Amino acid sequence: MSNFFTSSLGKKLIMSLAGLFLCVFLVVHLGINLLLLSNDKGEVFRVAVHFMTTNILIKIMEIFLFGGFLLHIIYGVIVQIRNWMARPSGYAVSNNSQTSFFSKYMIHTGVIIFIFLAIHMANFYFVKLGITTPLEGGSNPVQDTHDFYNMAINLFTTPAYSIFYLVCMIFLSFHLLHAFQSAFQTMGVNHPKYSPIIKWIGNIYAIVVPAGFAFIPVYFLFFYN
Amino acid sequence: MNFTLKIWRQESASSKGRFETYKISNISDECSFLEMLDQLNEQLVDKFDKPVCFDHDCREGICGMCSLYINGRPHGNDSGITTCQLHMRRFKDGDTIVIEPWRAKAFPILKDLVVDRSAFDKIAQEGAYVSVNTGGIPDGNAIPVPKVKSDLAMDAAACIGCGACVATCKNASAMLFVSANVSHLALLPQGKIEAKERVTKMVAKMDELGFGNCTNTGACEAECPKEIKLSNIARLFREYYVASIS
Ligand code: SF4
Ligand code: FES
Repeated sequence: MSNFFTSSLGKKLIMSLAGLFLCVFLVVHLGINLLLLSNDKGEVFRVAVHFMTTNILIKIMEIFLFGGFLLHIIYGVIVQIRNWMARPSGYAVSNNSQTSFFSKYMIHTGVIIFIFLAIHMANFYFVKLGITTPLEGGSNPVQDTHDFYNMAINLFTTPAYSIFYLVCMIFLSFHLLHAFQSAFQTMGVNHPKYSPIIKWIGNIYAIVVPAGFAFIPVYFLFFYN
Repeated sequence: MNFTLKIWRQESASSKGRFETYKISNISDECSFLEMLDQLNEQLVDKFDKPVCFDHDCREGICGMCSLYINGRPHGNDSGITTCQLHMRRFKDGDTIVIEPWRAKAFPILKDLVVDRSAFDKIAQEGAYVSVNTGGIPDGNAIPVPKVKSDLAMDAAACIGCGACVATCKNASAMLFVSANVSHLALLPQGKIEAKERVTKMVAKMDELGFGNCTNTGACEAECPKEIKLSNIARLFREYYVASIS
């Protein structure tokens, strides 16, 4: 058992379980974000944020969430470095085999998502903790460091930020297009009847969830006044 | 047919290699790829040059000895075949063909296009066998095996240990090879008995020898001359998890 966590297969299992957990988190996060669209000056959104930041069960889940992110990132990087080391000198002609496209760029899309995550944390979570200050500009100046509604609106009415956000969501989609179904293969689920269904669900998830996130800045850029 | 060949030449394991360009002409389209290389070597020997070293043995797709990474694909631009089954009619007249050895840390180059694949033997030695005395011939009906399982086991057992899966994988992972060996035995009653020990030891050896990790790109499945399926890797994962928790 002690070898399990250092073995190649064990590392992959941990990565995929943590990744699927993060997929669940994304759905919850999206659900709350969509409340930004309700036309009530952020009333429902604030209620939801208040619940998410004060409820004790959510606080406990938050620890698991950070753990999930850490495990997924750390194991992902370790696996990638070992994989690079497995072929110290490459081929002159690049590979022409039939492969799934997105699977080849998981580390690259992963790094972009990580950068997004860091900026995202600096814009919201760290503001709440008083580590960073909210961004200036935009339509709704932020006075209170717990005022996630104005922080969000402020960012989403800044075109440069919104474009950056949209681009990141595209890369998130690329990452998920491979990740979701791959996690099941890693868990040992490969079935002639059910695997195609899992792939479909994965593809739908990988498009719908990032598209849902992406819709919000689009709304604030073009339809909000 | 006429071709320009760019071939990796390397004097020894420790020396630095480089590409050499050769022209070859009057090749029949019915010629196999290895026969084409034989002709090149005859020309080189006639000129007192050193022939190009490459691995081969059965030349009928069953031994797994031939290798070669041809124009970016192990065993060349065709599916479900070994290099010895590749024919020159798959190329266009006047093509430039780049021939490289398998490249992986665990498969060091010995000379020219020849790599040391004994890492596979070392993995196999960890358990790709049934270590019981099988005795005499038992009655065919004494050990029932469902047809579905015997088919899956047979498909997995088709692996010839060529290493194309490692060669094409962007991570130089040996998972398809290991999963084929683990699967064909784990599916049968005789192999089940040692299944847990087998999968644990083979995976440990695979990691130790410096093969990469599977990222489910599927390149191995696409290039395997015996068309070993990715579902075997999922079975390898299952077998490994079960062995680890019990
Ligand atoms: S799994 Fe396929 S590609 Fe890999 S060693 Fe076996 S036969 Fe060759
Ligand atoms: S030489 Fe035996 S498989 Fe090609």
